[in-house]
Amino acid sequence: MPLLPTNFRIFLRETGEIARFTGRFFVEGLKPRYEFAEFIKQCFILGYKSLPLVGLTAFIIGLVLTMQLRPTMEYFGVEVQIPAMVGVAIFREIGPILTALIFAGKIGSSIGAELGSMKVTEQIDAMEVSGTNPFKFLVVTRTLAATLMLPILTILSDAIALTGCFLGENLYQSLTYNLFFRKVFLNLAYIDFIPAFIKTFFFGFAIAIVGCYKGYSTERGTEGVGRAANSSVVISSVLIFIIDLIAVQIANIFQ
Amino acid sequence: MKEAVIRIKELSKAFGSNQVLIGFDLDLYRGENLVVLGKSGSGKSVLIKCIIGLIDPDAGSINVLGQDVLSLDHQELDHLRVKLGFLFQSNALYDSMTIRENLEFPLRRHSIQLSDRETDDLVMEALENVGLEHTVDMMPIELSGGMRKRIALARTLILKPDIILYDEPTTGLDPITSLEIISLINKIKEKYGTSSMIISHDMRCVKLTADRLAVLVDGKCKVVGTYDQVSRIQDEDISPFFN
Ligand SMILES: Nc1ncnc2c1ncn2[C@@H]1O[C@H](COP(=O)(O)OP(=O)(O)OP(=O)(O)O)[C@@H](O)[C@H]1O
Ligand SMILES: [Mg+2]
Repeated sequence: MPLLPTNFRIFLRETGEIARFTGRFFVEGLKPRYEFAEFIKQCFILGYKSLPLVGLTAFIIGLVLTMQLRPTMEYFGVEVQIPAMVGVAIFREIGPILTALIFAGKIGSSIGAELGSMKVTEQIDAMEVSGTNPFKFLVVTRTLAATLMLPILTILSDAIALTGCFLGENLYQSLTYNLFFRKVFLNLAYIDFIPAFIKTFFFGFAIAIVGCYKGYSTERGTEGVGRAANSSVVISSVLIFIIDLIAVQIANIFQ
Repeated sequence: MKEAVIRIKELSKAFGSNQVLIGFDLDLYRGENLVVLGKSGSGKSVLIKCIIGLIDPDAGSINVLGQDVLSLDHQELDHLRVKLGFLFQSNALYDSMTIRENLEFPLRRHSIQLSDRETDDLVMEALENVGLEHTVDMMPIELSGGMRKRIALARTLILKPDIILYDEPTTGLDPITSLEIISLINKIKEKYGTSSMIISHDMRCVKLTADRLAVLVDGKCKVVGTYDQVSRIQDEDISPFFN
């Protein structure tokens, strides 16, 4: 009779493996040769190409949130506070977490599937015999690019969500852009924005490192590729919420 | 006495409890085509991945062009790999790159100093060798299996290696395409004087390419000899290949 249930042991082993993989990222990432060209290419693919999807969802969430809030806020007679409330919600929580989840769905799965299929079709081996360290070329570049791109995407998505909110407000009343943003930022402090911004770096890092780990450790066979893509999204989504929880606790210390 | 370009001694490798190679010995001589025959799962791919340093064996020694592969550091291994071509069983073409980028990859990555013009010439020469100049701007996904195999061969050839390791070059191809690959393998040997180790269990490929033939059974090299010598041996592990 084993001491721990099998599932729990698998969980522990997986956690250990991801931790070791992360350690390897720092060791290999710091050593030269730096794959700068590939890094820029990945910034373009991971960042720029995610923008339409991230922008669309942010816009819709901003709009819907505003429309959903209105009846309740009217009931309490504080509908003038809608922009302020939506602003805080977007900057502190919805912007970062929504962007991260969309990013995990799009980028986490594509990194998992890409590296997974490169693994099973021996492309990673082929890189290695062609004078390339595949870990640097594939994992380090993608992880750095995702870590850098997600915060930028989050800022853009915050802005787009506010635009959605502005439109939502204008469905019911005529509000100038100027007045709207004044209302939003009047109630916002740096403490609302900075911790939420910092945590997005960790979100981006977690999403990419999990995707890379899953892809890189894909076992032989094509069904392994699908599993790698799928579990990348599941694990990184859960990680996002865990990091979020920790980040809130830390931010509260400074409040 | 012929000069050995690859000398494998007492090579052993296990994955967990799965003992794949147990004291494997084999020499590859300069300028010959040596075929390694063995049934599926017998460890043929593991063997040649050990030679090129992709898999670390548990015991034994591998000497390639006078260098002990297992004691080389990363940089020395990269230098050696320039002279050592490898044709992967699954081709291993980079899906996200065009054929041109696929072929340029080893040239650029091995930090060989070439002008754009020279790189371009080498790419076109390699494609000419396999008769696929027109695919240069296509993606691997647009090509048939046989074409992909030929592109993979072109990518292996582009560095003009002294030794080429072929991992099942004709498996999964129709008889006509596999005949094309076989004649390419022989053409390369004639044209560049390359020494080759060819993993195969396609008997037509074996017959048409082999100067010598080695049979891998139970992790050991059971016999080495010419095709005629080996095909006459009456043995339950060897005869089935020839019937
Ligand atoms: N990375 C690995 N991890 C664990 N086991 C492995 C690994 N690579 C190969 N093996 C095992 O080693 C044995 C030999 O595999 P190998 O790929 O060398 O066979 P092969 O002779 O090339 O067969 P085939 O003709 O099907 O390609 C198999 O049992 C395989 O499961
Ligand atoms: Mg094989």
